[in-house]
Amino acid sequence: MKEETVLVKNRAGIHARPAALLVQTASKFSSSVFLERNNERVNGKSIMGVITLGAVYNSEIKVIVEGDDEDKALQAIVALFEKKFEED
Amino acid sequence: MEKFTVLDLLQLDLKEHDALNLKCLGGRPGLIREIKMPELNRPGLALGGFFDSFAEQRLQIFGRGETSYLCKLEKEKKLSNIKKMFSFTLPCCVFTSNLEPPPQFFSLAEESGCPILQTDLSSSEFSTRIMRVLSNIFAPKKNVHGVLVEVFGIGVLIQGESGVGKSEIALELIERGHRLVADDAVEVRCVGGNFLMGKGVNVIASHHMEIRGLGIINVTHLFGVGAIRDKKQIQLLVQLEEWDTNKTYDRIGSEDSTIELLGVAVPYLQIPVKPGRNIPIIIETGAMNERLKKLGYHSAKEFSRSIMNWLETERARSVYFESQ
Repeated sequence: MKEETVLVKNRAGIHARPAALLVQTASKFSSSVFLERNNERVNGKSIMGVITLGAVYNSEIKVIVEGDDEDKALQAIVALFEKKFEED
Repeated sequence: MEKFTVLDLLQLDLKEHDALNLKCLGGRPGLIREIKMPELNRPGLALGGFFDSFAEQRLQIFGRGETSYLCKLEKEKKLSNIKKMFSFTLPCCVFTSNLEPPPQFFSLAEESGCPILQTDLSSSEFSTRIMRVLSNIFAPKKNVHGVLVEVFGIGVLIQGESGVGKSEIALELIERGHRLVADDAVEVRCVGGNFLMGKGVNVIASHHMEIRGLGIINVTHLFGVGAIRDKKQIQLLVQLEEWDTNKTYDRIGSEDSTIELLGVAVPYLQIPVKPGRNIPIIIETGAMNERLKKLGYHSAKEFSRSIMNWLETERARSVYFESQ
């Protein structure tokens, strides 16, 4: 199991479009992906889950991955946060 | 396009507000003459002897005015203009309001082999009807492979590789109370430049379906006349395809995709198929969503907007609490 804490860097937060992008990225890997904010944990492969996280600008999100390709998955997801979900 | 002859015009099976009520009075050998354009001409000027720019390829309409002028010409034995008119290959002459062509005109028409038709409609009513009928016939058309069904009033054209289950899905939709327009071969016409009308290529075959394992079934007899429709506007195109794990499918639907068919943009949905996925229900929901969009409510866009608003309020709250 691997985990990393990241910051939401795009102004609008994780709304529908970034959530879809995140879920699409996570679904490419066989590892299970979870996101955690304020001790609330959701499945990173479910759009509705990711949106209800209410990840606003500058909030901390813990990304937890577990499985065969966990390194690659974690890297790809963290990269999305770094790229501000191709926004701003 | 195949040649459209005067005989084809007489044989069109038109009903109600499209009915032309045409019958042939004479000049039968000329019924094989081709109608080349969806336009009409009132031959008043030609009968008066003015033949410059005479629209000889158009249907010639004889109303009260033209007919009484013909009678006057015959009474005065001035037949030269009529003879000259028949030296052109006119597609046909139509007498409206049940008017009878004068005898000499009639025999000249017979001589030249020009069909004489008659209708009980008035000239203006006949003109609007025939323009509608002819513009449909001359509209650009294309035959496409797919099933056309009417789902909650929306014309849905289902396309996909053969074997993906189009007919089975259509059957399930019919079972659920929707209507079949055509199976397998659909003729699409672009009417008025922005309206796609679909119907079966062949009237006899269109309400039959081929179901693997059952063979040919007659939908009208099995499900009743309520389960079929002759033609329907195409308002949604559904493309079915085998689920491709490497492909990303639309998850939000906030961007409306369209596809071009005969130059008209049609709303387009790409639906991945895999065993256990209930496609008829997805198509039903897609059709209802399309109606909702037409009414001005776009589910995905509204959802996106309220999420953005919510996130903004949340952020404002957290900034406020931090500053305290």
